[in-house]
Amino acid sequence: MANVTFRSITKQFGAFTAVNDVSFEIADGEFVCLLGPSGCGKTTTLRMIAGLEQPTSGRILIGAADVTEAKPKERDIGMVFQDYALFPHMTIADNIAYPLKVRGVGQAERRRRAAEVAKNLSIDQLLDRRPGQISGGQQQRTSVARAVVHKPKVYLFDEPLSNLDAKLRLEARSFLKHLQRELGVTSLYVTHDQAEAMAMADRVAVMDRGEIVQFGPPLEVYRQPATTFVANFLGSPPMNLLSVRYAGGAFASSTFELDASPFAGRLRDVRDGSELTLGIRPEHVRMGGEGDRWRIPGEVYAVEPLGPESLVTLRVAGALVTARLFGDDPPTATGAASFAFDPAHLHVFGQDGRRLAAR
Amino acid sequence: MHQRRTILPLRTGLLFLGPAALFIGAFILLPFFWIAGVSFTNRTLTGATAANPQFVGLQNYLKLFDLSTFMNPGQFGSSLVITGQFVFWSAIVGQAVLGLLLAWFFYRRSGWVKESVQTLAIVAWIIPDVVVAFAWNAFLDYDGGTLNWLFGLVGLHKVDWLLAMPLLSIVLFNAWRGAAFSMLLFSSALGSIPPSYLETADVAGAGPWQRLKDIILPLIRTHIVTDLILITLWTFNTFGPFLLTGGGPAFKTEVVSVLTYRMAFKYFDFGTGSALGMVMMLINLGFALVYLGLLRRQGSSR
Repeated sequence: MANVTFRSITKQFGAFTAVNDVSFEIADGEFVCLLGPSGCGKTTTLRMIAGLEQPTSGRILIGAADVTEAKPKERDIGMVFQDYALFPHMTIADNIAYPLKVRGVGQAERRRRAAEVAKNLSIDQLLDRRPGQISGGQQQRTSVARAVVHKPKVYLFDEPLSNLDAKLRLEARSFLKHLQRELGVTSLYVTHDQAEAMAMADRVAVMDRGEIVQFGPPLEVYRQPATTFVANFLGSPPMNLLSVRYAGGAFASSTFELDASPFAGRLRDVRDGSELTLGIRPEHVRMGGEGDRWRIPGEVYAVEPLGPESLVTLRVAGALVTARLFGDDPPTATGAASFAFDPAHLHVFGQDGRRLAAR
Repeated sequence: MHQRRTILPLRTGLLFLGPAALFIGAFILLPFFWIAGVSFTNRTLTGATAANPQFVGLQNYLKLFDLSTFMNPGQFGSSLVITGQFVFWSAIVGQAVLGLLLAWFFYRRSGWVKESVQTLAIVAWIIPDVVVAFAWNAFLDYDGGTLNWLFGLVGLHKVDWLLAMPLLSIVLFNAWRGAAFSMLLFSSALGSIPPSYLETADVAGAGPWQRLKDIILPLIRTHIVTDLILITLWTFNTFGPFLLTGGGPAFKTEVVSVLTYRMAFKYFDFGTGSALGMVMMLINLGFALVYLGLLRRQGSSR
């Protein structure tokens, strides 16, 4: 087992910079998710750890060893690919045991260890089948089994759940998290699904355009997003963002004005007349009434009952603002309505998109 | 079960089939039956048996397989052995193995080396036989040939290639000529392998040889079989060596197609020539059946 260290890694493909001066460290046994939209450089980052791509500059360490120039096979890693990459001409047992085969482990021992891992992953009844004869979920487990069979130092997952249907994905998610905890092996997991990252990771690294925007425990990233990008990427539905102008001690838009005095501390360095962005999570928004001091008026855009909760969306000053309302029957409002919220949950983002932290 | 659906009514279909069927009938089926018939006669181009050929039964065939002269130079057995060597070295080793190595070497690479080698291989494949033969004659010529000139540059003795090493010459010639086909076929086969398979093998710790043996070869088996069928048949039937050596010296490069030509169109012994043609066809059929069997067995094991 080992920690993984990235030191100022940059990767360029021609003129395109896929990963730009990224540094981080994954602790021994930690489960880190790299989260970001497609093209943000997360898969490239993973592939550089695997040795499938060479960084343009910077160093990569696994444990104390500098592996920047090492070949994949010298790195002792297990990797699960998005398409599982099971070899169609081999049985499940041979697929699982392949890393052992290339290490020169004998036939009987290979079979024994493949069976052992398969049993852990509840696929031991499939050992003599071929990949084409088993379900997507079973293929996924086979691919995981192959990645762990030789007890590598680091696990790498490249969107391993994205080819599964929604129900199976939830099942596989808890299964993978459980397995990682049980084996306690340092893991890096790439995904564009924020729920997956939140649910599984010890820490989440949010990537955007080749850079890590925020790196922290899931709830911290969720509750204190560093930028509007992170705020908008995490959560389903994501955080509501409203553009306002800060003037005369208030946040003003074309249709509402909010008292900015509770935020005086954060706004100390903000010039009068600046354009800011206000952010609030849908679960912190409720239907507003006359008595609410923190209230934004709008017009009902859509009401979506989801069972345990309902989503109500208002059009507010040209933008859409969504509230998650729990428990009660969905509101039947049409036409003019308003949302209210507790200012403690309001985030303020500066002109550069960075969140203004309370001081 | 799939429902069989046709895109044309039967009558229209037959109408479209008509011209092709006519040509195949006139230029393939008719000559085939004519040759099958001639192979049982003593028909020649000139002399008494030209005007009045007689039915001789299996005599032509028995003459081919006459064991007392079978392996003599210029006889069928010796020619078969030469053809076997020619097919094995130039098609299977030369074209298929070289083509596979080229395809494997250039797999997921780019740059001017790949472009130039592939272009040259394809050029060698598409220029007409006669031009190629002329170029090779020029290349191998004793006095003014390029190869001997190169040998001279590095201080080696001149070799009269077509006389001293005739079989090697036609083997190299045919391998050079046809490697492009196998290279193209294997390149596209390699291209159909998902990159993640090879990356998985990489990460699992496989070296290049293990990757080839464990992943690449099993995955392109059908392509390999197809390639072997085609190049074996083509090489077995090719008349190309004649353009370079004319079958000589002393029948050393007389593959069966050249032997057939000599019998039928130099000695004008149509009976023997036709019998040779029939035997060649049966051997081709044998190859095809073996390969098709391989393909079928593979299909059912999937």
